[in-house]
Amino acid sequence: MTDNKNQTPEKKETPFFRSYEDRKIMDLQEGFAATNQLADLQMARPETEPPTVCDDGETPLTDDLFQPAEYDAANAERIGYSNYSYWGSTLRVFLKSKVSVGILIFLVLILAFTFIQPYLPNQHDPYVVNNDELGATLRNQKPDSVFWFGTNALGQDLWSRIWQGTRTSLIIALCAAASSMMLGIVMGCAWGYARKFDWLFTEIYNLFDNIPYTILRMLLIYIMRPSIGTMILVMCLTGWLPMSKYIRNMILIYRDREFNLASRCLGTSSFQIIVKNILPQLVSVIMLQTALAIPNAIGSEVFLTYIGLGLPVNIPSLGNLVDEGRKVMLVEAQRYQLIFPLLMVSAITVSFYALGNAFADASDPRNHR
Amino acid sequence: MIRYTLGRCGRACITIFLVLSIVFLLMRLMPVETYFQGRSDTMTDTLKENILRGLGLLDPWYVALPNFWKNLLLHGDLGESIVMRVGVPVTKVIWPKAVVSFQFGIISLAIQLVIGMPLGVLMARKKGGIIDKAGNLYVLLINSLPQAVYFLLIQLYLSTLLGLPMLFKSSVPSSRILPIICLSLGGIASNAMWMRRYMVDQLNMDYIRLARAKGMTSGQVAFRHIFRNALVPMVQSLPASLLFTISGSLYVESLFSINGMGGLLITSIQRQDNPLVQAMVLLYSVISVLGLLLGDLAMMLVDPRITFTKKGGSR
Repeated sequence: MTDNKNQTPEKKETPFFRSYEDRKIMDLQEGFAATNQLADLQMARPETEPPTVCDDGETPLTDDLFQPAEYDAANAERIGYSNYSYWGSTLRVFLKSKVSVGILIFLVLILAFTFIQPYLPNQHDPYVVNNDELGATLRNQKPDSVFWFGTNALGQDLWSRIWQGTRTSLIIALCAAASSMMLGIVMGCAWGYARKFDWLFTEIYNLFDNIPYTILRMLLIYIMRPSIGTMILVMCLTGWLPMSKYIRNMILIYRDREFNLASRCLGTSSFQIIVKNILPQLVSVIMLQTALAIPNAIGSEVFLTYIGLGLPVNIPSLGNLVDEGRKVMLVEAQRYQLIFPLLMVSAITVSFYALGNAFADASDPRNHR
Repeated sequence: MIRYTLGRCGRACITIFLVLSIVFLLMRLMPVETYFQGRSDTMTDTLKENILRGLGLLDPWYVALPNFWKNLLLHGDLGESIVMRVGVPVTKVIWPKAVVSFQFGIISLAIQLVIGMPLGVLMARKKGGIIDKAGNLYVLLINSLPQAVYFLLIQLYLSTLLGLPMLFKSSVPSSRILPIICLSLGGIASNAMWMRRYMVDQLNMDYIRLARAKGMTSGQVAFRHIFRNALVPMVQSLPASLLFTISGSLYVESLFSINGMGGLLITSIQRQDNPLVQAMVLLYSVISVLGLLLGDLAMMLVDPRITFTKKGGSR
């Protein structure tokens, strides 16, 4: 699409945002571009013709007057010094906001509790059907001191089922987010760096972007049968798109910058340039995307369960719990079976989302003043 | 501009061709038991084979795919429904449902614009104020919560609170209110968010400072300059949202048992009514491609400075 290295790609061509994530990413991209322009202005030197003679004005300047400098490890590492540290500033801006710190602590506590809950004393087994002393099944027991969130229609303890479900859903979400990020990064790097195949990647992107993804997901789950693996795969298949597009745009911006030019002249391979020079600059965006992909994945799981393509009903997951609750929601006394899972879903998705946004704002260099 | 439009249409056709072919091939991989409609135990093998042959599923893919395209392109024939309403052309199955979805969609689109854009304007005018904070919280919640959460809560509590029916019945006009509220919530949030952002973007421009220096009041500046310029990027998503009103919402339609497109999509995939699924995939991809194209053209019409033909100049 572009061989013109000075052009900020795509920005002018598609000022259309599909989603909130797109907007956040665009914000960050503009932030980086703005600070880079600043750096460019500072770097700019008046252009002059390269000299053809030596300083004395007579001896012609030829190649054999030059000789390679000897390698000096200490000199090679010597750099200019500025006390601006990107990550330091990011952390400082982030910690300044009490709300974001509060959300971070809340999320860490929830995550920790999710994984240590089964080892705490007095916990019920999420799969066991509970009976009272006479042997009658404790169905639809309201929340009390024994069953903190009550029991479901089968007599299983809702409290432990919710935590078990959170575990399942979080594992799905984390795997889906991580794998779609990996795929997105790899595809984005290839897309940005292989100039000859830019059209091919663009077409692949358009293709995936245009298949209505609900249909794609449904078809694939039918073909491969619902399971945790299928669910992760299906989410990953559409999840990599925004990531790869962003990485590609950023690589186009950074690829021909002076430091990469210098690096290439010194014989650094393309792979090294991508991994060592470019990707570290994109870490903040990758983290933002991952943070936003998790609530998306949890929402998709709930949705897929709702249309009957979720995990098998015997595996507790947030989607299955919400669906179980939905089936009994018309009975007023049993609504707690819907409300508790909904609260859990909301707490997790909202805090991941807010955290991702707070982090994105903090990592925007324009806010580092 | 005409050349650019034609070029984009050409590329769009290729994309649609590939999308349809891929979906066609995926449909052939679906489990075959569904085609026997739960009677596979009592059927003989020859009967099963005949059913599959009748559906063209026994042909190898390199025969079936060209056949499908030949029917579609030469005869404009998308086939007949094979499960839902046997023998009825798919267009006739889709059309009445699309009308239902469109009725809901168009009302909710109007509400989204009428409430969302002024909300965004208010948020931008009093940036950092109480309205801005509340609006941002609303946008954050709508964006992060899975739709199921607030749809279910609305259906449960708002219906008792306002005394409205929980399910849609076409004879009861008030039963339309809750589905329309559900459909509008997301759109209000995104309209408000974009309007606010575009207006804030304009607010920092130099020409605004000039206008203020000329002696215009901030209200005049806000309406004559900021609002109009902020409207330009908003125009782009309008054709797409207008077209997508006919696709309906999977969630809302099945929660409130509305007989529209969303429900049709789910059941037709579940019951493997292949021609119907094909037709809907075609419809959806045409809508999405066309929506983007019309959006770009609308932007060019509204703002003559925008061109998509030239690659942008140097920075």
